[in-house]
Amino acid sequence: MQSPVTGAPVRRIGIRGRLHQLDERWSPYFYISPFFLLFIVFGLFPLGYTAWVSLTDRTLLDHSPNFIGLDNYTALLHDSYFWNAVENTLGIWVISTIPQLLIALGLATLLNTGLRARTFFRMGVVLPQVTSLVAVALIFTQLFSRDYGLVNYMLHFVGIHAIDWEAGRLSSWIALSVMVTWRWAGYNALIYLAAMQGIPDELYEAAAIDGAGRWKQFIHVTVPQLRNTIIFTVIISTIGGLQLFTEPYLFEPLKAGATGGSDRQYQTVVMYLYEKAFAGTQFKFGYASAIGWALFLLIALISLVNLLIVRRIRTAEA
Amino acid sequence: MSTVVQPVSPHRRRRISRRLGAAGPLTYVGLALVTIISIFPLYWSLVVASHDNSAVAAYPPVLTPGTELWHNLTRLFDSGEVNVNFWTALINSAIVASVVTLSVVFFSALAGFAFAKLRFPGRNALFLLVIGTMLVPVQLGVIPLYIEMVHLGWVNHLQAVIAPNLVTAFGVFLMRQYIAGSVPDELIDAAHVDGCYTLGVFWHVIMPAVRPVAAVLGLLTFMTIWNDFFWPLIVLGPRNPTVQVATSTLASGYVEDYALVLTGTFVSILPLLIVFLFLGRQIIGGIMKGAVKG
Repeated sequence: MQSPVTGAPVRRIGIRGRLHQLDERWSPYFYISPFFLLFIVFGLFPLGYTAWVSLTDRTLLDHSPNFIGLDNYTALLHDSYFWNAVENTLGIWVISTIPQLLIALGLATLLNTGLRARTFFRMGVVLPQVTSLVAVALIFTQLFSRDYGLVNYMLHFVGIHAIDWEAGRLSSWIALSVMVTWRWAGYNALIYLAAMQGIPDELYEAAAIDGAGRWKQFIHVTVPQLRNTIIFTVIISTIGGLQLFTEPYLFEPLKAGATGGSDRQYQTVVMYLYEKAFAGTQFKFGYASAIGWALFLLIALISLVNLLIVRRIRTAEA
Repeated sequence: MSTVVQPVSPHRRRRISRRLGAAGPLTYVGLALVTIISIFPLYWSLVVASHDNSAVAAYPPVLTPGTELWHNLTRLFDSGEVNVNFWTALINSAIVASVVTLSVVFFSALAGFAFAKLRFPGRNALFLLVIGTMLVPVQLGVIPLYIEMVHLGWVNHLQAVIAPNLVTAFGVFLMRQYIAGSVPDELIDAAHVDGCYTLGVFWHVIMPAVRPVAAVLGLLTFMTIWNDFFWPLIVLGPRNPTVQVATSTLASGYVEDYALVLTGTFVSILPLLIVFLFLGRQIIGGIMKGAVKG
């Protein structure tokens, strides 16, 4: 590429040349501007404006909301429904993320072999990812239904009788975590697989010379080499898992309330935000915005803790 | 953040296979089991969709498809029978997903081109900023976004779900990596010598070169938008629904009409299943490429 600024050219720069200069100087900003404009208008501004709304008592189309300082946040701290939702969200997140990532690691190891029909099995593993959240939620809700569900039918063979999955706290969490794991394990497996293929053979050869078997190679070569990828998947699962909405929202028999069961046994934080802002007739936009910011802080906090734990493991190893 | 995984050369692939040896029978059994678990819920939606509700309640459960699929489909698309217009939903989703897909591919390629091949002050910092935006959970701004849409008069209109998605950080990232790695500078210089403006370079050199990655990005974008639920539920609702909103609305009746609900579900996943059957390899490539950036 010619540099537009190097020294004075011998020839006079014509209008064409000048246009070329202008083009090279300014067009890059023009080309990247759509992304930044859209992000500011539909991403950053709303997020910042959420902070402002959360300091008011605004409802739906209230044009003169009152500034009430941190009242929404104080109320939130004393709101047992909110803490219940936090507990549910964290609980479901833990029991869906851990099995999901372990299964993904195992699957990736299976896929990272000299397989025949490699594409077929990769497709089989990642198929759930193509399925929409709504479809997953509706199909599994039917599978988990108390009276006609296939899950209970299968369980009766081992002597367990008609669990009302939706009604209990732990049972509903388990059902939801099955949905999440089913949809995401294969996706994470592909990510691990991509990273495994980047591990240099020499490391395995060296380990083999040292007498390490398959399992020791996995623990001492594969897992440490995947560390960054594992951090990546944990953070992605954190951001996604703490915003869980569709599965629990559609798990309810009547999909309108967003209360997460009659005792709020599986209401997540985003469901609670939705309940306050959009379900029913409350339209408590100020309060719901405070919920949004609280969740944002929670996600940031947990991502940070994740990073610290992983770093601790790293230094312990080294 | 480093590079997109390079395609594995045949030489390298042989070495990997030799290192790992052929897969044992247990590997095949395990993967076959997982494949069955993957397929079963989708198969199940077809089973329920092809029976009437009395069969759904049968004990022991019926495990094979029945003959009522056509009847359930007629019910699904009969606006007198159900609480939502499923045709409208399918057309809406097709419009939204197509417009967003074209736009994401075009604007991502344009920005990716600028970041990969043009020199300008602030380039690296701005690119980092693009990547940084991926970590911001913008969904949490739904309330002000909704207020924005009210002011724009877009509530219940498709532009409310189109506009916020017209270009994505992921798309810009993917395009930038691909263009930086696969379009030689000489090609661009040659176009410059021929008197092309940068826009000409983009159109005549970059656009043809990015076709493979554009297909991948397009597929992933189409899937994401087709499957999107939270925001369409809030801003559109059942009166002018996308297919996901319509399907969920089917399930909100007082009587649990599982046959109808899962017929709608089956119809809603069918287009993506067909796409996946033909282009699964590309989708897998896209997920694996896009993911390895940590």
